Amino acid sequence: MSRRSPVVSQSLGLSVATGLYGISFGALGVAAGLNLWQVVALSALMFTGGSQFAFIGVLAGGGGGVAAFGASALLGVRNAVYGMQINALVRPGLTPLAAQLTIDESAALALSQDEPRERKLAFWLTGGGVWLLWNLFSVVGALAGQAMGDPKAWGLDGAAVAAFLGLLWPRLKGREPWALAVVAGLVTALAAPLLPAGLPILVAAVVAAAWGLWVPEPGRGGTPRIWKRGQA
Amino acid sequence: MSLWWWVLIAAAVAYATKLAGYLIPRRWLESERALRVAGCLTIGLLASLTVTNAFVSGSSVVLDARLGALAAAAVALLLRAPFLVVVLSGAVAAALLRLAGWG
Repeated sequence: MSRRSPVVSQSLGLSVATGLYGISFGALGVAAGLNLWQVVALSALMFTGGSQFAFIGVLAGGGGGVAAFGASALLGVRNAVYGMQINALVRPGLTPLAAQLTIDESAALALSQDEPRERKLAFWLTGGGVWLLWNLFSVVGALAGQAMGDPKAWGLDGAAVAAFLGLLWPRLKGREPWALAVVAGLVTALAAPLLPAGLPILVAAVVAAAWGLWVPEPGRGGTPRIWKRGQA
Repeated sequence: MSLWWWVLIAAAVAYATKLAGYLIPRRWLESERALRVAGCLTIGLLASLTVTNAFVSGSSVVLDARLGALAAAAVALLLRAPFLVVVLSGAVAAALLRLAGWG
């Protein structure tokens, strides 16, 4: 490990990469029939990219408000899983604020850290950073998206790919994490054509949790922990 | 019901879902098994998000310029580049591949 904690630059990098993606949300939201303030409301209040994209995706595909609501609510379920894990990092008085900042990026980066202090720092920096930039660039996207053309031409989706791989990479120490990552990736790819967008991520999360429950941890003896009594 | 109502209801439910995660008792997470599950969950989610962002488009699995972004990021990570450089290399690779007419 280097002298300086990489948490700050990781949070900044992820905030920028994710925030910039707000341009595509803003542009696509307007294209789906939302006005500027509805785009702003989704980014500021709903603030969970997957659900936001699901909401406008249903509208763009001709669905009504209730279907858009259903898709976005379903997709937001994974944030409850994140909250469960982040809970231990947050002082009770700050829970209402932390809940709003609980998204893929803040949870993933926080949980990627080993030290409790760095976990906390990663959560608040990434959550706050993404919120600010996501909202800023949602407005930018809604106002100027059509003039800018396709955000893909700028490689913004490639930046998101790189950011997630960069987060996963330090966790892939040894054979077991690699095997788990490959399984989770395959599950995602296989589920993608079958389920609404975003749900394959939840399926992969369930598979990974089951793996943690039933596959014995390497170097910790051969007995799955599930068989130990008195732990429930 | 106007679209505005659905926007606000959907936002409220999204927040309630987030908050619900925090209301689950803290002691549930203090067992060794829970920590093991949490660790596996992290890897599974990050791998899934990587694959989703790299290969999924709507409801189909596709190979496009994002594959180049994934490869460029992997090379940058193998070379121990800082996180920002990794992110930028992904963006540049995807943008250049599209400029060259692929994906």
